[in-house]
Amino acid sequence: MIDSTSLTAIADTATQVAAIAGMNLSTLDIIGYIVIAVGVLFDLLGAIGLVRLPDVYNRLQSATKSVTLGTLGIMIGILIVEGFTSIGIKAIICGVFLLLTAPVSAHALSRGSLRFGAKMWKGTVIDSYGKDKLGGPQIETKEKKDEVA
Amino acid sequence: MRRIILCVLTYGFWLILTLPGGDRLVWIRHVTDWPIYIVGAVVAILAAVFFGGEFTHQPLSFLNPRRWLWAIVYIPVFMWHMLVANLDVAFRVLHPRCPVNPGIVKIHTDLKTDVAKAFLANSITLTPGTMTVDVDGDTLYIHWIDVVKDGTDIEANTKAIAAKFEKYLRRIFE
Repeated sequence: MIDSTSLTAIADTATQVAAIAGMNLSTLDIIGYIVIAVGVLFDLLGAIGLVRLPDVYNRLQSATKSVTLGTLGIMIGILIVEGFTSIGIKAIICGVFLLLTAPVSAHALSRGSLRFGAKMWKGTVIDSYGKDKLGGPQIETKEKKDEVA
Repeated sequence: MRRIILCVLTYGFWLILTLPGGDRLVWIRHVTDWPIYIVGAVVAILAAVFFGGEFTHQPLSFLNPRRWLWAIVYIPVFMWHMLVANLDVAFRVLHPRCPVNPGIVKIHTDLKTDVAKAFLANSITLTPGTMTVDVDGDTLYIHWIDVVKDGTDIEANTKAIAAKFEKYLRRIFE
């Protein structure tokens, strides 16, 4: 298991490595950069999901969740590196606004594409919204022809 | 009353946004920076005049410490669910076969106020495999990336998706 002493040891080692490379980083800086790296990793996962998942709605899931947490991670990392300076506080405000606005945009996009008529993936189990509001489930029925091209 | 509170909040936000830069935090500006205060005040008053009508109908509940306390309790709970959600999505994305079982299901909420419903919808969107598509009265339509059974049981859906947030949001917003 990872505990706080081993984390501190890792951070100390990282500080020494950075010092050899000619960079002057404190333990807090290292932790901040690790948080930023994790955030970037989640952003990357979100991007991969955007390519791999089957339809608009699943892609929105991936884009919204991973990218929100990833970008929030970057903002928190900036706060840790910068401390409570004007930059750090602005970063945290950005994070709060991201949390408030990202789900709203995902909601608007998904509702808009349903109403526009973007069909859901053929493996979709149920579409209560289409059944109640749009006069029938909006699930695509046959295989796409141009998938090879 | 609503407009005054909105004005104060907006102006406070402006002050935070325009904090002087530098290595450490300086709360007091140099005297020659007075235009920043003036511009902020004008914009805050304009915002309060134009958008005060859209603001919450119970502005005094901002001053209720119990609500703030529950909001502070809610943040780590929410963060935890969000982290789990992301690991879940990450697993699905990286899995060779993309194991998704998506669908839009209905859930039912007991929350009454609009703000509480908005926050419930936002929380649902940011947590495990669920995304709010539409809100209609007390029914929410949720796109669920991994539908349990056939997804027609509204009670079971509600329990799986919304119950963990509702108890906190009810205490914060109602």
